[in-house]
Amino acid sequence: MAKKLGLKQKYQMMTRGLGWDTTYQSMDKVYPFDKFEGIKVHDWDAWEDPFRLTMDSYWKLQAEKERKLYAVIDSFAQNNGHLGISDPRYLNAVKLFIQGVSPLEYMAHRHFAHVARNIRGIGPAVAAQMQSLDELRHAQTQIHTISHYNKFFDGIHEWRHMHDRVWYLSVPKSFFDDAVTAGPFEFLTAISFSFEYLLTNLLFVPFMSGAAYNGDLATVTFGFSAQSDESRHMTLGLEVIKFLLEQDEANVPIIQRWLDKWFWRGYRLLTLVAMMMDYLLPKKIMSWQEAWEMYYEEAGGALFQDLARYGIKEPMSAAVARKEKNRLSSEAWAIFYQYTHAAAFHTWDIDEEHKAWLAEKYPETFDKLYRPRLDFWEKEAAAGRRFYNNALPQLCTVCQIPMGFTEPDDPTTICFRESEYKGEHYHFCSDGCKGIFDNEPEKYVQSWLPVHQIFQGNCGGASVEDVLKWYRMNLGADNLDFSGSPEDKFWSEWHRTASRAEAAE
Amino acid sequence: MAVVALKDNYIGEVADRVENFHGNQVVYFNWEKHLMFCAATAFPLPPDMPFGAVLEQILPTYYGMHPDFAKIDWSKVTWTVDGKAFTPDPAKSLKDHGVRHKSLIRFTTPGLDGIDGTCS
Amino acid sequence: MTRNVSITLQNTEDARPIIEAIEADNPAAVVVQYPAMVKIDVPDRIVVKRDSVTERLGRDFDLQEIHLSLISLNGYIDEDDDEFVLSWR
Repeated sequence: MAKKLGLKQKYQMMTRGLGWDTTYQSMDKVYPFDKFEGIKVHDWDAWEDPFRLTMDSYWKLQAEKERKLYAVIDSFAQNNGHLGISDPRYLNAVKLFIQGVSPLEYMAHRHFAHVARNIRGIGPAVAAQMQSLDELRHAQTQIHTISHYNKFFDGIHEWRHMHDRVWYLSVPKSFFDDAVTAGPFEFLTAISFSFEYLLTNLLFVPFMSGAAYNGDLATVTFGFSAQSDESRHMTLGLEVIKFLLEQDEANVPIIQRWLDKWFWRGYRLLTLVAMMMDYLLPKKIMSWQEAWEMYYEEAGGALFQDLARYGIKEPMSAAVARKEKNRLSSEAWAIFYQYTHAAAFHTWDIDEEHKAWLAEKYPETFDKLYRPRLDFWEKEAAAGRRFYNNALPQLCTVCQIPMGFTEPDDPTTICFRESEYKGEHYHFCSDGCKGIFDNEPEKYVQSWLPVHQIFQGNCGGASVEDVLKWYRMNLGADNLDFSGSPEDKFWSEWHRTASRAEAAE
Repeated sequence: MAVVALKDNYIGEVADRVENFHGNQVVYFNWEKHLMFCAATAFPLPPDMPFGAVLEQILPTYYGMHPDFAKIDWSKVTWTVDGKAFTPDPAKSLKDHGVRHKSLIRFTTPGLDGIDGTCS
Repeated sequence: MTRNVSITLQNTEDARPIIEAIEADNPAAVVVQYPAMVKIDVPDRIVVKRDSVTERLGRDFDLQEIHLSLISLNGYIDEDDDEFVLSWR
């Protein structure tokens, strides 16, 4: 019997050995998309694959992950696992996830397949193909897992329809649409490097660890099952950057511009995660600021020291993110608290214990800037005047988030930036978003800004109710404050019955 | 280069041209140092609307629930439109005040700094 | 200058022998427990040795099985049949 191949040899044969140069059509005709961005690649064979994973091992490992995951999902459903969560408020993080993130997983599946087909290096093509399959698996397992909650809780039934329409979901949607309408190398820099390598830990790790802490066994399991693929994706991202930087000096400024852009776009998207960590999770793992310091400043810092030898600098707006870290989640909460009548998840008044935690985690900002308004809102709600903002907010043309961010050096003044292009005004929340627009205005003049679309009459009608129906929201169930919502009632009723049953024993 | 695209001279369609708003133009308002209102507010308004309607209808309807609102001394309020200071004349139109499509009007109410003076 | 490399693993029965092997083979390792996961930081370099995991597991361990327990990592990877290494090169 032939000797078993070593990992390196096997990898060589089962990836590199599968590539070939075309002969009866030119390579440029077969691969028409990998040059227009200005990226120069001289030697695809210089590509190094850190994870030497071949398709045969890939299938085996993924099958094992699926077996484990579906065993948990089955037993979770059979045992009414949804009743074991810490507090139904926790589920609002899950709603945001299925509405905002799962559709992106599917988009990633589609676009990594496109990239795998359209770059001519076999090493990255195989990695992109595996990632395309991973992303499809992530979308499917998330839908399967969260469908159990859909039987009992609101806001989960029309996530796919909502993703393309609802105002706050235009934030993740436009982020990904921006990436897939770029060339293949910008896409890889955007998603594989900036998002997967620099920022994904901030999405998945606190979210899943938070799920574990809040008794959501099902989400922990799909989350970590997906996250086990992310390490491979992160590695692809890092390798892409290093490879492109080493191929040609002319690539350096192009990559730097993409890093500046996609760091900022990813960071702005994570505003939703900051709010989730500090405000939505009933039991908290760590604060947004702590997570940012651990996963971006420390881990990212080490990486950028390493990339300095290619002439790459830390992303331009990283300093602004550092200044915002002790206020980001509170500014986001203010947005969603006052617009929760138009959102398919709930918000609520913050109790004293939670405020004390926020004050401890954010000693420079919380008591000084945010506690007084939370107290005021609570008083208003108690008096039957729960505060909802009935005017629509101004949105940033690039990140599409309501312009609730403040000046980097003054947390009491909204940060307004604007550009004039071909006689039109465009508004931005930050220098980061303005810079992105100014580099490629012809792309962002097309932004589908939900508020403006409502005014144009493209969203079901003129009243808030018309628009929410067009979103397919169940009014009075999906939206408004948690207090008094159907799931608040369902949960208290179940606990009353459960404690009666216990007392009878 | 105004965009990196496969096609030379790619031109994007402007989604928010004023013609798409049925005779209105979008106008934004921001009450400085009152971050209880998380962001500036947006309204589709006719360019010929008198500024008086802003003062008498829009601002009281959407900002009136703030405890500072009733305390505003309107003679002391300072205004800017797209960064330029102006003094409102209730009888004159938005257009007369230099308000264009997607203009931003910021107003500051001296002495009023939000809930407990925290700019909320 | 010393920089940490880092690996995060699930806090499961499958991952336990891997975590123990890392602690044994990397004396400078700092191990932090979070709900459902374990983050390990080491200055400059982390090595996971196939033999060390095999010894603790009581059966032959294929290093690629690490994919079943991996959550996240930071640093450059070098992987062969016997060692999985993370470092800043």
